Amino acid sequence: MNVRVIPCLDVKDGRVVKGVNFEGVREVGDPVAFGKHYAQEGADELVFLSIAAAQEDWTRVLSLVKTLTSQISIPLTVGGGLATLGQVEEVFAAGAAKVSISSAAVKNPDLLTQVVKRFGGERLVLAVDAKRPAPAAAGWEVYINGGMTPTGLDLLTWVAQAEQIGVGEILLTSIDADGTQDGYDCEMLRAVSEHVKLPVIASGGAGKLEHFREAVQKGKAAAVLAASLFHFGTYSIREVKEDLAAAGIPVRLYNLNSGQVWL
Amino acid sequence: MIGVIDYKAGNAPSVLNALRALNIKAELVSTPEALRPLTGIILPGVGSARATMDSLRELRLIPALEEKVFGEKTPFLGICIGMQILMEYSAEGETPCLGWLKGRVERFDGAVRIPQMGWNEVAFRRRDPILANLKEKEYFYFVNSYYVRPAAEEVVLATTNYGREFCSMLAWGPLYATQFHTEKSGAAGLQLLKNFALLAGGERDADETSHCLF
Repeated sequence: MNVRVIPCLDVKDGRVVKGVNFEGVREVGDPVAFGKHYAQEGADELVFLSIAAAQEDWTRVLSLVKTLTSQISIPLTVGGGLATLGQVEEVFAAGAAKVSISSAAVKNPDLLTQVVKRFGGERLVLAVDAKRPAPAAAGWEVYINGGMTPTGLDLLTWVAQAEQIGVGEILLTSIDADGTQDGYDCEMLRAVSEHVKLPVIASGGAGKLEHFREAVQKGKAAAVLAASLFHFGTYSIREVKEDLAAAGIPVRLYNLNSGQVWL
Repeated sequence: MIGVIDYKAGNAPSVLNALRALNIKAELVSTPEALRPLTGIILPGVGSARATMDSLRELRLIPALEEKVFGEKTPFLGICIGMQILMEYSAEGETPCLGWLKGRVERFDGAVRIPQMGWNEVAFRRRDPILANLKEKEYFYFVNSYYVRPAAEEVVLATTNYGREFCSMLAWGPLYATQFHTEKSGAAGLQLLKNFALLAGGERDADETSHCLF
Protein backbone atom coordinates (compact mmCIF):
# COMPACT_ATOMS: atom_id res chain seq x y z
CA MET A 1 0.00 0.00 0.00
CA ASN A 2 1.22 3.47 -0.80
CA VAL A 3 2.25 5.50 2.22
CA ARG A 4 -0.07 8.49 2.53
CA VAL A 5 1.19 12.05 2.96
CA ILE A 6 -1.40 14.12 4.79
CA PRO A 7 -1.33 17.87 5.44
CA CYS A 8 -3.23 18.91 8.55
CA LEU A 9 -5.26 22.10 8.73
CA ASP A 10 -5.65 23.27 12.33
CA VAL A 11 -8.53 25.71 12.08
CA LYS A 12 -9.50 28.38 14.61
CA ASP A 13 -12.00 31.18 14.01
CA GLY A 14 -12.23 30.10 10.37
CA ARG A 15 -8.48 30.41 9.73
CA VAL A 16 -5.65 27.90 9.52
CA VAL A 17 -3.40 28.34 12.54
CA LYS A 18 -0.37 26.53 13.80
CA GLY A 19 -0.06 25.59 17.43
CA VAL A 20 3.34 24.80 18.87
CA ASN A 21 3.30 22.22 21.63
CA PHE A 22 -0.46 22.68 21.78
CA GLU A 23 -0.09 26.28 23.00
CA GLY A 24 0.20 29.70 21.42
CA VAL A 25 -1.58 29.66 18.06
CA ARG A 26 -0.37 31.59 15.05
CA GLU A 27 -2.54 32.33 12.03
CA VAL A 28 -1.34 31.16 8.62
CA GLY A 29 -4.27 31.37 6.19
CA ASP A 30 -7.55 30.36 4.58
CA PRO A 31 -8.45 26.66 5.02
CA VAL A 32 -10.21 26.30 1.67
CA ALA A 33 -7.31 27.85 -0.26
CA PHE A 34 -4.81 25.67 1.62
CA GLY A 35 -6.89 22.53 1.13
CA LYS A 36 -7.28 23.05 -2.61
CA HIS A 37 -3.60 23.78 -2.98
CA TYR A 38 -2.61 20.58 -1.18
CA ALA A 39 -5.08 18.48 -3.17
CA GLN A 40 -3.59 19.86 -6.40
CA GLU A 41 -0.10 19.15 -5.11
CA GLY A 42 -0.94 15.48 -4.65
CA ALA A 43 -1.85 15.21 -0.96
CA ASP A 44 -3.38 11.78 -0.38
CA GLU A 45 -5.90 13.04 2.15
CA LEU A 46 -6.53 16.15 4.21
CA VAL A 47 -7.17 16.44 7.92
CA PHE A 48 -9.20 19.39 9.23
CA LEU A 49 -8.96 19.84 13.00
CA SER A 50 -11.08 22.48 14.55
CA ILE A 51 -9.27 23.98 17.51
CA ALA A 52 -11.49 24.81 20.47
CA ALA A 53 -14.55 23.69 18.51
CA ALA A 54 -16.54 23.67 21.72
CA GLN A 55 -16.38 27.44 21.92
CA GLU A 56 -16.22 28.03 18.22
CA ASP A 57 -19.13 28.71 15.95
CA TRP A 58 -20.08 25.17 14.96
CA THR A 59 -22.07 26.41 11.98
CA ARG A 60 -18.96 28.00 10.57
CA VAL A 61 -16.99 24.76 10.92
CA LEU A 62 -19.67 22.85 9.02
CA SER A 63 -19.87 25.51 6.34
CA LEU A 64 -16.08 25.40 5.85
CA VAL A 65 -16.17 21.60 5.61
CA LYS A 66 -18.94 21.81 3.05
CA THR A 67 -17.07 24.36 0.94
CA LEU A 68 -13.82 22.44 1.14
CA THR A 69 -15.32 19.04 0.26
CA SER A 70 -17.17 20.52 -2.70
CA GLN A 71 -13.87 21.73 -4.14
CA ILE A 72 -11.60 18.74 -3.64
CA SER A 73 -12.04 15.08 -4.47
CA ILE A 74 -9.66 13.50 -2.01
CA PRO A 75 -10.81 12.28 1.40
CA LEU A 76 -11.22 14.84 4.17
CA THR A 77 -11.10 13.82 7.82
CA VAL A 78 -12.74 16.25 10.22
CA GLY A 79 -12.07 16.38 13.94
CA GLY A 80 -11.52 18.60 16.93
CA GLY A 81 -13.97 18.57 19.79
CA LEU A 82 -16.47 16.14 18.25
CA ALA A 83 -18.42 14.81 21.21
CA THR A 84 -21.85 13.65 20.05
CA LEU A 85 -23.33 11.34 17.46
CA GLY A 86 -25.31 14.35 16.19
CA GLN A 87 -22.12 16.30 15.45
CA VAL A 88 -20.63 13.28 13.68
CA GLU A 89 -23.73 13.01 11.53
CA GLU A 90 -23.56 16.72 10.63
CA VAL A 91 -19.90 16.44 9.65
CA PHE A 92 -20.63 13.48 7.36
CA ALA A 93 -23.62 15.28 5.86
CA ALA A 94 -21.25 18.19 5.09
CA GLY A 95 -19.20 15.79 2.93
CA ALA A 96 -16.42 14.58 5.23
CA ALA A 97 -15.04 11.14 4.40
CA LYS A 98 -13.99 10.38 7.97
CA VAL A 99 -14.31 11.83 11.44
CA SER A 100 -11.61 12.00 14.05
CA ILE A 101 -12.57 11.69 17.70
CA SER A 102 -10.15 12.28 20.55
CA SER A 103 -11.05 13.50 24.06
CA ALA A 104 -14.70 12.50 23.85
CA ALA A 105 -13.66 8.91 23.11
CA VAL A 106 -11.73 8.69 26.37
CA LYS A 107 -14.53 10.27 28.39
CA ASN A 108 -17.17 8.14 26.68
CA PRO A 109 -15.87 5.10 24.75
CA ASP A 110 -19.49 4.26 23.97
CA LEU A 111 -19.45 7.15 21.48
CA LEU A 112 -16.95 5.13 19.40
CA THR A 113 -19.24 2.10 19.52
CA GLN A 114 -22.17 4.21 18.38
CA VAL A 115 -20.25 5.73 15.47
CA VAL A 116 -18.96 2.30 14.39
CA LYS A 117 -22.47 0.87 14.47
CA ARG A 118 -24.08 3.77 12.66
CA PHE A 119 -21.46 4.82 10.11
CA GLY A 120 -18.91 2.02 10.03
CA GLY A 121 -15.56 1.89 11.80
CA GLU A 122 -13.64 2.55 8.61
CA ARG A 123 -14.85 6.16 8.69
CA LEU A 124 -13.71 6.64 12.28
CA VAL A 125 -10.23 7.84 13.15
CA LEU A 126 -9.22 7.68 16.79
CA ALA A 127 -6.92 10.62 17.51
CA VAL A 128 -4.61 9.95 20.42
CA ASP A 129 -2.27 12.48 22.04
CA ALA A 130 0.30 10.75 24.19
CA LYS A 131 3.56 11.34 26.02
CA ARG A 132 5.92 9.60 28.36
CA PRO A 133 4.85 10.31 31.93
CA ALA A 134 8.53 10.77 32.91
CA PRO A 135 11.79 10.61 30.89
CA ALA A 136 12.80 7.25 32.32
CA ALA A 137 9.31 5.76 32.49
CA ALA A 138 8.17 2.80 30.44
CA GLY A 139 5.18 3.22 28.14
CA TRP A 140 3.14 6.30 27.30
CA GLU A 141 0.14 8.01 28.82
CA VAL A 142 -2.91 9.26 26.89
CA TYR A 143 -3.72 12.96 27.28
CA ILE A 144 -6.95 14.77 26.39
CA ASN A 145 -8.18 18.33 25.97
CA GLY A 146 -5.53 19.33 23.45
CA GLY A 147 -2.75 17.58 25.32
CA MET A 148 -3.45 19.42 28.58
CA THR A 149 -5.08 16.75 30.73
CA PRO A 150 -3.44 13.42 31.66
CA THR A 151 -5.87 10.51 31.84
CA GLY A 152 -3.86 7.78 33.52
CA LEU A 153 -4.73 5.64 30.50
CA ASP A 154 -1.94 3.54 29.00
CA LEU A 155 -1.46 4.21 25.28
CA LEU A 156 -1.16 0.59 24.14
CA THR A 157 -4.14 -0.50 26.24
CA TRP A 158 -6.23 2.32 24.75
CA VAL A 159 -5.39 1.65 21.08
CA ALA A 160 -6.03 -2.08 21.53
CA GLN A 161 -9.42 -1.29 23.09
CA ALA A 162 -10.23 1.04 20.19
CA GLU A 163 -9.29 -1.65 17.66
CA GLN A 164 -11.58 -4.05 19.48
CA ILE A 165 -14.41 -1.51 19.31
CA GLY A 166 -13.80 -1.28 15.57
CA VAL A 167 -12.22 2.11 14.78
CA GLY A 168 -10.57 2.35 11.35
CA GLU A 169 -7.23 3.95 12.12
CA ILE A 170 -5.15 5.74 14.73
CA LEU A 171 -3.88 9.30 14.38
CA LEU A 172 -1.04 9.27 16.88
CA THR A 173 0.41 12.57 18.07
CA SER A 174 3.42 12.72 20.31
CA ILE A 175 2.93 15.67 22.66
CA ASP A 176 6.66 15.72 23.39
CA ALA A 177 7.63 15.86 19.70
CA ASP A 178 4.83 18.11 18.41
CA GLY A 179 6.06 21.50 17.29
CA THR A 180 9.72 20.68 17.89
CA GLN A 181 10.55 19.82 14.26
CA ASP A 182 13.04 17.30 15.69
CA GLY A 183 11.32 14.28 14.16
CA TYR A 184 8.41 11.99 14.95
CA ASP A 185 8.51 9.83 18.07
CA CYS A 186 9.40 6.65 16.18
CA GLU A 187 9.63 4.51 19.27
CA MET A 188 6.06 5.32 20.26
CA LEU A 189 4.87 4.92 16.65
CA ARG A 190 6.46 1.54 16.32
CA ALA A 191 5.07 0.33 19.63
CA VAL A 192 1.54 1.21 18.52
CA SER A 193 1.98 -0.06 14.95
CA GLU A 194 3.20 -3.41 16.23
CA HIS A 195 0.46 -3.61 18.85
CA VAL A 196 -2.51 -3.21 16.48
CA LYS A 197 -3.30 -4.17 12.85
CA LEU A 198 -4.86 -0.77 12.23
CA PRO A 199 -3.07 1.78 10.05
CA VAL A 200 -1.28 4.39 12.16
CA ILE A 201 -0.85 8.02 11.05
CA ALA A 202 2.32 9.61 12.43
CA SER A 203 1.82 13.12 13.79
CA GLY A 204 3.96 15.62 15.62
CA GLY A 205 7.57 16.57 15.09
CA ALA A 206 8.25 16.59 11.33
CA GLY A 207 10.89 19.14 10.47
CA LYS A 208 13.16 17.54 7.86
CA LEU A 209 12.65 15.21 4.92
CA GLU A 210 14.36 12.32 6.67
CA HIS A 211 11.78 12.47 9.47
CA PHE A 212 9.09 11.21 7.10
CA ARG A 213 11.08 8.17 6.06
CA GLU A 214 12.01 7.45 9.66
CA ALA A 215 8.33 7.43 10.62
CA VAL A 216 7.71 4.76 7.99
CA GLN A 217 10.91 2.74 8.28
CA LYS A 218 11.49 2.92 12.03
CA GLY A 219 8.00 3.77 13.22
CA LYS A 220 6.10 1.48 10.77
CA ALA A 221 3.63 4.31 10.12
CA ALA A 222 1.07 3.83 7.31
CA ALA A 223 0.76 7.59 6.81
CA VAL A 224 2.64 10.74 7.75
CA LEU A 225 0.96 13.96 8.78
CA ALA A 226 2.43 17.43 9.05
CA ALA A 227 1.14 20.97 9.30
CA SER A 228 3.44 23.98 9.61
CA LEU A 229 6.15 22.45 7.46
CA PHE A 230 3.72 22.41 4.54
CA HIS A 231 1.93 25.65 5.44
CA PHE A 232 5.14 27.65 5.50
CA GLY A 233 6.41 25.99 2.32
CA THR A 234 9.46 24.37 3.90
CA TYR A 235 8.71 21.32 1.77
CA SER A 236 6.06 20.56 -0.84
CA ILE A 237 4.02 17.37 -0.81
CA ARG A 238 5.92 16.29 -3.90
CA GLU A 239 9.33 16.80 -2.29
CA VAL A 240 8.26 14.62 0.62
CA LYS A 241 6.94 11.94 -1.72
CA GLU A 242 10.03 11.98 -3.92
CA ASP A 243 12.20 11.56 -0.86
CA LEU A 244 10.08 8.65 0.36
CA ALA A 245 10.20 7.08 -3.09
CA ALA A 246 13.99 7.47 -3.20
CA ALA A 247 14.11 5.45 0.03
CA GLY A 248 12.14 2.67 -1.67
CA ILE A 249 8.87 3.52 0.10
CA PRO A 250 5.81 3.20 -2.16
CA VAL A 251 3.93 6.49 -2.68
CA ARG A 252 1.33 7.76 -5.14
CA LEU A 253 3.69 9.81 -7.23
CA TYR A 254 4.45 8.09 -10.49
CA ASN A 255 2.15 7.58 -13.44
CA LEU A 256 1.37 3.87 -13.31
CA ASN A 257 1.30 3.58 -17.08
CA SER A 258 4.40 5.52 -18.06
CA GLY A 259 6.52 5.49 -14.93
CA GLN A 260 6.88 9.27 -15.19
CA VAL A 261 6.41 11.58 -12.22
CA TRP A 262 2.94 13.00 -12.72
CA LEU A 263 2.33 15.17 -9.69
CA MET B 1 -31.67 11.85 -13.90
CA ILE B 2 -29.10 9.97 -11.80
CA GLY B 3 -30.25 8.98 -8.33
CA VAL B 4 -27.91 8.44 -5.41
CA ILE B 5 -29.48 6.16 -2.82
CA ASP B 6 -29.44 7.82 0.56
CA TYR B 7 -29.98 5.60 3.56
CA LYS B 8 -28.62 8.22 6.01
CA ALA B 9 -25.65 6.24 7.26
CA GLY B 10 -24.01 6.12 3.84
CA ASN B 11 -21.76 8.58 2.07
CA ALA B 12 -24.41 9.76 -0.37
CA PRO B 13 -23.55 13.46 0.23
CA SER B 14 -19.97 12.87 -0.96
CA VAL B 15 -21.14 11.16 -4.15
CA LEU B 16 -23.68 13.90 -4.81
CA ASN B 17 -20.93 16.51 -4.26
CA ALA B 18 -18.75 14.85 -6.87
CA LEU B 19 -21.57 14.58 -9.43
CA ARG B 20 -22.52 18.22 -8.92
CA ALA B 21 -18.92 19.29 -9.36
CA LEU B 22 -19.04 17.48 -12.71
CA ASN B 23 -22.19 19.44 -13.59
CA ILE B 24 -24.20 16.24 -13.67
CA LYS B 25 -27.80 16.45 -12.55
CA ALA B 26 -28.35 14.12 -9.62
CA GLU B 27 -30.54 13.79 -6.57
CA LEU B 28 -30.67 11.81 -3.36
CA VAL B 29 -33.37 9.12 -3.35
CA SER B 30 -34.69 6.98 -0.53
CA THR B 31 -38.09 5.72 -1.65
CA PRO B 32 -39.19 3.09 -4.22
CA GLU B 33 -41.30 5.77 -5.95
CA ALA B 34 -38.32 8.07 -6.41
CA LEU B 35 -36.40 5.26 -8.15
CA ARG B 36 -38.90 4.91 -10.98
CA PRO B 37 -37.96 7.85 -13.22
CA LEU B 38 -34.20 7.40 -12.79
CA THR B 39 -31.96 6.61 -15.77
CA GLY B 40 -29.03 5.65 -13.53
CA ILE B 41 -28.68 4.53 -9.94
CA ILE B 42 -25.69 4.84 -7.63
CA LEU B 43 -25.61 2.90 -4.38
CA PRO B 44 -22.83 4.31 -2.22
CA GLY B 45 -21.97 2.39 0.85
CA VAL B 46 -19.99 2.52 4.00
CA GLY B 47 -20.39 0.75 7.28
CA SER B 48 -21.31 -2.87 7.50
CA ALA B 49 -23.01 -5.18 5.02
CA ARG B 50 -25.70 -6.00 7.57
CA ALA B 51 -26.52 -2.37 8.37
CA THR B 52 -26.73 -1.58 4.66
CA MET B 53 -28.99 -4.57 3.92
CA ASP B 54 -31.20 -3.65 6.90
CA SER B 55 -31.51 -0.05 5.66
CA LEU B 56 -32.43 -1.13 2.12
CA ARG B 57 -35.07 -3.48 3.54
CA GLU B 58 -36.50 -0.86 5.88
CA LEU B 59 -36.79 1.59 3.01
CA ARG B 60 -38.49 -1.16 0.92
CA LEU B 61 -36.00 -0.47 -1.87
CA ILE B 62 -34.91 -3.97 -2.85
CA PRO B 63 -37.81 -5.05 -5.13
CA ALA B 64 -37.81 -1.62 -6.79
CA LEU B 65 -34.05 -1.80 -7.37
CA GLU B 66 -34.36 -5.28 -8.87
CA GLU B 67 -37.11 -4.13 -11.19
CA LYS B 68 -34.98 -1.19 -12.35
CA VAL B 69 -31.77 -3.17 -12.86
CA PHE B 70 -33.06 -6.50 -14.17
CA GLY B 71 -36.39 -5.40 -15.65
CA GLU B 72 -35.46 -2.07 -17.20
CA LYS B 73 -31.67 -2.64 -17.46
CA THR B 74 -31.05 0.70 -15.78
CA PRO B 75 -27.30 1.28 -15.30
CA PHE B 76 -26.35 0.74 -11.66
CA LEU B 77 -23.12 1.61 -9.85
CA GLY B 78 -22.39 0.14 -6.42
CA ILE B 79 -19.57 1.68 -4.40
CA CYS B 80 -17.68 -0.10 -1.59
CA ILE B 81 -20.33 -1.83 0.57
CA GLY B 82 -22.62 -1.04 -2.36
CA MET B 83 -20.44 -3.49 -4.32
CA GLN B 84 -20.15 -6.11 -1.60
CA ILE B 85 -23.90 -6.53 -1.03
CA LEU B 86 -24.34 -7.52 -4.70
CA MET B 87 -22.87 -10.90 -3.73
CA GLU B 88 -24.84 -13.75 -2.17
CA TYR B 89 -23.22 -13.64 1.22
CA SER B 90 -20.80 -11.56 3.29
CA ALA B 91 -18.52 -13.00 5.95
CA GLU B 92 -18.94 -9.65 7.73
CA GLY B 93 -21.49 -10.52 10.39
CA GLU B 94 -22.45 -13.63 8.34
CA THR B 95 -24.86 -11.56 6.32
CA PRO B 96 -27.04 -12.82 3.45
CA CYS B 97 -26.86 -10.17 0.72
CA LEU B 98 -28.71 -9.30 -2.51
CA GLY B 99 -27.31 -12.21 -4.50
CA TRP B 100 -27.48 -10.36 -7.80
CA LEU B 101 -24.13 -11.97 -8.61
CA LYS B 102 -22.88 -15.35 -7.47
CA GLY B 103 -20.05 -15.06 -5.00
CA ARG B 104 -19.00 -14.18 -1.49
CA VAL B 105 -17.42 -11.37 0.49
CA GLU B 106 -14.35 -12.29 2.52
CA ARG B 107 -12.15 -10.51 5.05
CA PHE B 108 -8.53 -9.66 4.22
CA ASP B 109 -6.09 -11.81 6.12
CA GLY B 110 -2.37 -12.32 6.40
CA ALA B 111 0.29 -9.72 7.00
CA VAL B 112 -1.61 -6.63 5.89
CA ARG B 113 -3.01 -3.78 7.94
CA ILE B 114 -6.77 -3.90 8.27
CA PRO B 115 -8.60 -1.91 7.04
CA GLN B 116 -6.88 -1.23 3.75
CA MET B 117 -6.76 2.56 3.79
CA GLY B 118 -5.33 4.66 1.01
CA TRP B 119 -4.50 4.86 -2.70
CA ASN B 120 -3.89 1.54 -4.40
CA GLU B 121 -3.36 0.47 -8.01
CA VAL B 122 -6.33 -0.69 -10.03
CA ALA B 123 -5.47 -2.71 -13.14
CA PHE B 124 -8.26 -2.96 -15.72
CA ARG B 125 -8.67 -6.25 -17.56
CA ARG B 126 -10.57 -5.07 -20.61
CA ARG B 127 -12.04 -1.97 -22.17
CA ASP B 128 -15.52 -0.87 -21.23
CA PRO B 129 -17.46 2.36 -21.85
CA ILE B 130 -17.22 3.17 -18.12
CA LEU B 131 -13.43 3.29 -18.51
CA ALA B 132 -13.34 5.93 -21.25
CA ASN B 133 -10.25 8.18 -20.92
CA LEU B 134 -8.77 6.03 -18.19
CA LYS B 135 -5.48 4.22 -18.67
CA GLU B 136 -4.80 0.52 -18.08
CA LYS B 137 -3.85 1.21 -14.49
CA GLU B 138 -4.95 4.03 -12.22
CA TYR B 139 -4.76 4.89 -8.52
CA PHE B 140 -8.02 4.92 -6.59
CA TYR B 141 -8.80 5.44 -2.91
CA PHE B 142 -9.73 2.37 -0.88
CA VAL B 143 -11.16 1.95 2.62
CA ASN B 144 -12.10 -1.68 3.20
CA SER B 145 -11.56 -4.71 5.41
CA TYR B 146 -13.55 -7.06 3.13
CA TYR B 147 -13.41 -7.79 -0.61
CA VAL B 148 -15.64 -9.59 -3.10
CA ARG B 149 -14.94 -13.00 -4.62
CA PRO B 150 -17.33 -13.33 -7.55
CA ALA B 151 -17.87 -16.90 -8.72
CA ALA B 152 -17.64 -15.95 -12.40
CA GLU B 153 -14.30 -14.59 -13.64
CA GLU B 154 -15.96 -12.78 -16.52
CA VAL B 155 -17.60 -10.22 -14.22
CA VAL B 156 -14.19 -9.03 -12.97
CA LEU B 157 -13.34 -5.73 -14.68
CA ALA B 158 -10.33 -4.82 -12.55
CA THR B 159 -8.06 -6.23 -9.90
CA THR B 160 -5.89 -4.81 -7.13
CA ASN B 161 -3.27 -6.28 -4.82
CA TYR B 162 -3.54 -6.05 -1.07
CA GLY B 163 -1.80 -9.04 0.42
CA ARG B 164 -3.61 -10.94 -2.34
CA GLU B 165 -5.10 -10.08 -5.70
CA PHE B 166 -8.77 -9.18 -5.38
CA CYS B 167 -11.59 -7.93 -7.60
CA SER B 168 -11.67 -4.14 -7.23
CA MET B 169 -14.23 -3.46 -9.95
CA LEU B 170 -16.89 -5.57 -11.63
CA ALA B 171 -19.19 -5.18 -14.61
CA TRP B 172 -22.06 -7.35 -15.75
CA GLY B 173 -24.78 -6.05 -18.05
CA PRO B 174 -26.14 -2.86 -16.49
CA LEU B 175 -24.36 -3.62 -13.21
CA TYR B 176 -21.14 -1.86 -12.30
CA ALA B 177 -19.42 -1.80 -8.95
CA THR B 178 -16.20 -0.49 -7.46
CA GLN B 179 -14.58 -1.48 -4.18
CA PHE B 180 -12.73 1.85 -4.21
CA HIS B 181 -14.33 5.19 -3.41
CA THR B 182 -14.45 6.66 -6.88
CA GLU B 183 -15.99 9.85 -5.46
CA LYS B 184 -12.82 10.45 -3.39
CA SER B 185 -10.27 9.35 -5.97
CA GLY B 186 -9.17 12.58 -7.62
CA ALA B 187 -9.28 13.08 -11.38
CA ALA B 188 -9.47 9.37 -12.28
CA GLY B 189 -12.34 8.81 -9.89
CA LEU B 190 -14.28 11.75 -11.26
CA GLN B 191 -13.67 10.53 -14.82
CA LEU B 192 -15.15 7.17 -13.92
CA LEU B 193 -18.21 8.79 -12.32
CA LYS B 194 -18.64 11.00 -15.36
CA ASN B 195 -18.41 7.97 -17.67
CA PHE B 196 -21.07 6.20 -15.64
CA ALA B 197 -23.32 9.25 -15.78
CA LEU B 198 -22.89 9.47 -19.55
CA LEU B 199 -23.77 5.84 -20.15
CA ALA B 200 -26.73 6.28 -17.80
CA GLY B 201 -28.04 9.16 -19.89
CA GLY B 202 -27.04 11.77 -17.32
CA GLU B 203 -27.68 15.36 -18.26
CA ARG B 204 -24.97 17.92 -17.85
CA ASP B 205 -24.22 21.53 -18.50
CA ALA B 206 -22.37 22.51 -21.66
CA ASP B 207 -19.54 24.19 -19.79
CA GLU B 208 -17.36 21.34 -18.62
CA THR B 209 -14.41 23.46 -17.68
CA SER B 210 -16.13 25.56 -15.05
CA HIS B 211 -15.25 23.18 -12.26
CA CYS B 212 -11.84 21.82 -11.63
CA LEU B 213 -11.50 19.30 -8.88
CA PHE B 214 -8.47 17.54 -7.55
